[in-house]
Amino acid sequence: MSLIEVENLKVHFPVRGGIFQTVKDHVRAVDGVSFSIEQGQTYGLVGESGSGKTTTGRAIIGLNDITSGKVLFEGKDLSTINKKEYIDVRKDIQMIFQDPFSSLNPKKRVADIVAEPLRNYENLSAKEERIRVQELMELVGLSPEAIYKYPHEFSGGQRQRIGIARAIALNPKLIIADEPVSALDVSVQAQVLNFMREIQKELNLTYLFISHDLGIIRHMCDHIGIMYKGRYVEHGTSEEIFTNPQHIYTKRLIAAIPDSNPRNREMHYENRKLVKAEYDKLEKDFFDEEGLPFSLKSISATHQVALPERG
Amino acid sequence: MWKLIVRRTLITIPQIIILSILVFILAQAMPGDALTGLIDPNIDPATIEAMRERLGLNNPWYVQYFDWIKGVIQGDFGQSFRFKMPVSELIGDRMINTLWLSLATLILTYLIAIPLGIISGRFNDTWLDRMITGYTYIGFAAPLFIFALVMLFIFGFQLGWFPTSGSVAPGTEPGTFAYFISKLNHLLLPALSMALITTVSTVQYLRSEIIDTKQKDFIVTARAKGSSESRVYNRHVLRNSLLPIAAFFGYEITGLIGGTIFIENIFGYPGMGELFLSSISLRDYSVMTALVLLFGLAAIIGALLSDIILSLVDPRIRIK
Amino acid sequence: MNDVLLNIKNLKTSFRIKDDYYAAVDDVSLTVRKNEVLAIVGESGSGKSAFAFSIMGLHTRAKIEGEIDYKGINLAKANANQMKKLRGNEMGMIFQDALSALNPLMVVGAQIDEAILLHNPKSSKSLRKKQVINLLNQVGIPRPEKTYDQYPHELSGGMRQRIVIAMAISNQPELLIADEPTTALDVTIQSQILDLIKELKETIHAGIILITHDLGVVAEMADRVAVMYAGQIVEIADVYTLMENPQHPYTRSLLNSIPTLNEVKEELHVIQGVVPSLQNLPRTGCRFAARIPWIEESAHEASPELHEISPGHYVRCTCYKDFYFPEQAEEERNYVAN
Repeated sequence: MSLIEVENLKVHFPVRGGIFQTVKDHVRAVDGVSFSIEQGQTYGLVGESGSGKTTTGRAIIGLNDITSGKVLFEGKDLSTINKKEYIDVRKDIQMIFQDPFSSLNPKKRVADIVAEPLRNYENLSAKEERIRVQELMELVGLSPEAIYKYPHEFSGGQRQRIGIARAIALNPKLIIADEPVSALDVSVQAQVLNFMREIQKELNLTYLFISHDLGIIRHMCDHIGIMYKGRYVEHGTSEEIFTNPQHIYTKRLIAAIPDSNPRNREMHYENRKLVKAEYDKLEKDFFDEEGLPFSLKSISATHQVALPERG
Repeated sequence: MWKLIVRRTLITIPQIIILSILVFILAQAMPGDALTGLIDPNIDPATIEAMRERLGLNNPWYVQYFDWIKGVIQGDFGQSFRFKMPVSELIGDRMINTLWLSLATLILTYLIAIPLGIISGRFNDTWLDRMITGYTYIGFAAPLFIFALVMLFIFGFQLGWFPTSGSVAPGTEPGTFAYFISKLNHLLLPALSMALITTVSTVQYLRSEIIDTKQKDFIVTARAKGSSESRVYNRHVLRNSLLPIAAFFGYEITGLIGGTIFIENIFGYPGMGELFLSSISLRDYSVMTALVLLFGLAAIIGALLSDIILSLVDPRIRIK
Repeated sequence: MNDVLLNIKNLKTSFRIKDDYYAAVDDVSLTVRKNEVLAIVGESGSGKSAFAFSIMGLHTRAKIEGEIDYKGINLAKANANQMKKLRGNEMGMIFQDALSALNPLMVVGAQIDEAILLHNPKSSKSLRKKQVINLLNQVGIPRPEKTYDQYPHELSGGMRQRIVIAMAISNQPELLIADEPTTALDVTIQSQILDLIKELKETIHAGIILITHDLGVVAEMADRVAVMYAGQIVEIADVYTLMENPQHPYTRSLLNSIPTLNEVKEELHVIQGVVPSLQNLPRTGCRFAARIPWIEESAHEASPELHEISPGHYVRCTCYKDFYFPEQAEEERNYVAN
């Protein structure tokens, strides 16, 4: 059984308008998304701004209300369980945020930041708590003496590690990482990514990795879902998506990534033009009248693409 | 955008209704009623009771409220027992005096605030800026009524440059030029005293807006385009900093209400503020109620104006 | 060397912190030629943006020393009036965050119009309007007439960046400085903007300084690359040499630390330690030494210079000769042991 299964998840936000601020319409931020993640794997959710990838992550962890659909975590449906049960589940799902500068309360010491989830869920004595926090700090590669410092005394990469320490404090099973390295310099990115993989092995963690950076997604993920306007356009293993993309949107996304070999420059530029021409030509076939992707059709056991009914 | 303005204007209706109910309840809660003090205490209680019944004073509060509000809408605030004249008539002249005083204060406030704020913001951390911020600190610290007394003492009594009370010299013919000059002359000192104190918040506000705008990226863009420093300031910094100041205008009005109460009393200027204090000390309830209602209305309209101005000048709100 | 547009010698840009000046750009010398894209690569704190701002004279409170020779004018010493005439006219700049780089209270057309007007004060309003519409067309705005009267917040991120570019090229600049022009954008928009800059380069023949932290962007765009670390250039070469045969330990570490699509690495290289802050920069010896502590001290120069190791390829300090990655050394040891 998968650790988490998302079935036809929808998150719609009301749009209010008119003189009396009545609900006029809905923004379909997430509009029928399904995927599942096996224990110990990393699932990549890719898309550009406005694709709904972040909202999907936030809905799973309860930061956005689910309009319809199911989120099955170890068989329990998170969209219907009551508050009390939910609190237990929340212990097993933690989140790492994009911006290590604003996601840590600047007025709290690191000891308090990391201990916060422990205080919410576990009844530890002050001494036990300190020992646990120090263990966590060591685990994320920070000096245990640093627990009495404030976030501003740390570099961006170190802060992200503090964020990770907070996220793993309760031995969660699933971590939702929303653009965890986007705000960091390249060399620091490497540090955080390596570290995330290390603790994944050590603690048998499952990741839902949300990012717009396909290089990082390729490096980190086993399976990938590509989102566009709240829906999936393609889903498959990393290998399938990167070597055999089927949807014109996926192709365009991959063609847009800069090639690190300068000798391929011209070829890559021409290829981008070809892909763009193909996209413009086939746009009507690949999207419905509203410009939204169709529902997914399987083209192999692991690979699904949003294709029209007839095709 | 018009939708926004209509919606914002509609919101003032419940605000006004709630205000009027509050004012009415407060008036009811005060000891005595419209008959108290009006009647000879030697009259037979039964007669008084009959009069109360006839005047509707024994009706439930909401019936009384509707009677009262019906009158208010028609401009009838009842009788002032002290001055023995209709409240509306009593307030009428004073309201015009207060309007003139407020207008003069507003003009002076901006005449002082804009140049000082601009200098202070543009040349921040120079000695000029330190002098101006020094002045604003004094303005924040000095109580208006003490400052006004000092002004009155120096310019009114010692130097004798301005009249020390009233709104116009007695005996001048209304409508003549001399009348106008006399009015202005009486206005100037109280308006200046108030403006000098109330302007400091606007100076500070403008200063911090300018300093803030100066550090925005689009100011760098303006320089990168080849704009001269003066153009950078006039076209980009100033325009963008004055916007919140314009929106602040409505709230200035609210601030003026408190100011006029002090100022008019100190300068013996016959306006609403002066009337308000005297009606309190004389327990002239009907006048007091009417004034509180009017002040409240002015505050609501001020806030409304602020929001409308902001929605007119800021395209980020205007275009929706 | 007739085609040299900009000749920078020993540029030093210092900022005042408390009572001392600290150099964010320290002794940088390089040339920019017509028709070339020179990429300046570095992480935050490397001084690359401070360098760009120094050329444009956009620092308001910095001490600038050295020489920035542009057509015989030393920009480091030029007065406000001279700079005003050059900025936006012969030198254009593209900024990272287009939303904040545009005035929120002016329609975008008027903002481009201003850029033209400033350098052509006698041009008529109708002519300028035509020019603006042409520019909007040139940068690929679909409905220029409509866009002219729109405010920045009404446009998408990609469109806004196109407006900023239109503004920068409005007077056919000879030098174009692009400061992280695509960092804030989505990948597909990024590739569109990069292609646009490439195409514009062909038509306006400007020398372009491209400031970026993204080595992929460098590989796509640059002719020559200068790598900056802690205020200094540590390596400079043409793009092929730099990407295929990098020498300086920092360049090599940086290239090893990014995940790429072409090869899946088990582990990314991590550069030890952190970028020192401006106040804590080592001012003597090899500035990168602290990040590669396993390299012997004797490998570094006492006062590291740029050495020309092959024509046009310069590397700072001698430590590159002895540099190796510790994880590779370990692998080799294991191999020998087995």
